[in-house]
Amino acid sequence: MSNDMFSTKVTITNPQGLHMRPAYLLAETASKFDSNIELVKDDIRVDGKSVLGILTLGAAQGTDVIVEATGGDAADAVAKLEALLQSGFPSAQETSESEKG
Amino acid sequence: MKFSDFVASDAIRSELASTDKEGVIRELIGSLVEAGKLPKDEQENIVQAVLKREELGSTGIGRGIAVPHTKHPSVESPVGTVGVSHTGVDFASLDTEPVQLFFMLISPPDKLNEHLQALENISKQLQDETFCRFLKQAKTSADVKQVLEEADNNQFA
Repeated sequence: MSNDMFSTKVTITNPQGLHMRPAYLLAETASKFDSNIELVKDDIRVDGKSVLGILTLGAAQGTDVIVEATGGDAADAVAKLEALLQSGFPSAQETSESEKG
Repeated sequence: MKFSDFVASDAIRSELASTDKEGVIRELIGSLVEAGKLPKDEQENIVQAVLKREELGSTGIGRGIAVPHTKHPSVESPVGTVGVSHTGVDFASLDTEPVQLFFMLISPPDKLNEHLQALENISKQLQDETFCRFLKQAKTSADVKQVLEEADNNQFA
C-alpha cells in the first residue's frame, strides 16, 4: 500500500471564487479517488470530498489553495483537481455577467 | 458574515407546507417577499432563477441539507431565510436523502465576495451536527431564530 503524498498550489482565477457549484464539482471529482484529499487555505484545512468543507474555505478570486492527496492514486487525484481548479469552472449560467476582477 | 447579517427572521418557516422541490422554493421566496425583503413584482422572476440554478445541479448537498440560491439584481446585499420540513422533501440531493433544512440565499450579482462569505458561514455552521439537529427539531420560527443566534455567538462550530 502506497502512502505517497502529492500536493500543488493553485490560485483561484474565476471571479466568483469557490462558490457552491465549483465546490460541488471539486468534491465530486475528489470522491472518485481512494486517496485522502485535503484542501488548504492559510491555516484552514478541509476534506476535499466534502462540499460543505470546501465552502468553508470561502476562497475568493486570487486566493491560493493547496491541494494535498495521500494514497495510491494521489498523483492522479492532484493532477485532476489542479486541472479542474485551473479551468476556472466555466459556466453557462453567468456568462452574461463575466466581469473582471 | 453572521446569520443576522443576511437571514430575514420574519421570513423563517419552521413548518414548510410544501412537499416538493419547486413548492419549497416558491414558499421560501414567497416568505421573503411577504417579509418585504424581495420585491413582489420580481417574485416569479426570482423563483425561476432559483429553479434554473437547480437545473445545473441540485443544491441538496447531503445530510438533509439544501442551499437553493441565485444572484439577482433586486437585492443590494445577500438576503436569506431558513425553512424546515419535518417530513423531508425530495430535492434530488447528492446522497438522494430527503431534505429537512433549507437555506435560501439571494445575492446581488455584483458582490461576489459577499455571496461567498454568506455561503462560508452557512456551511461552517452546517458542519456541526448539533446545529443541524437543533434546527431540524425546531418547532417555531422563534426556535430557529434562537439556534441561528447561538451559532452567531459561536456556540457551535
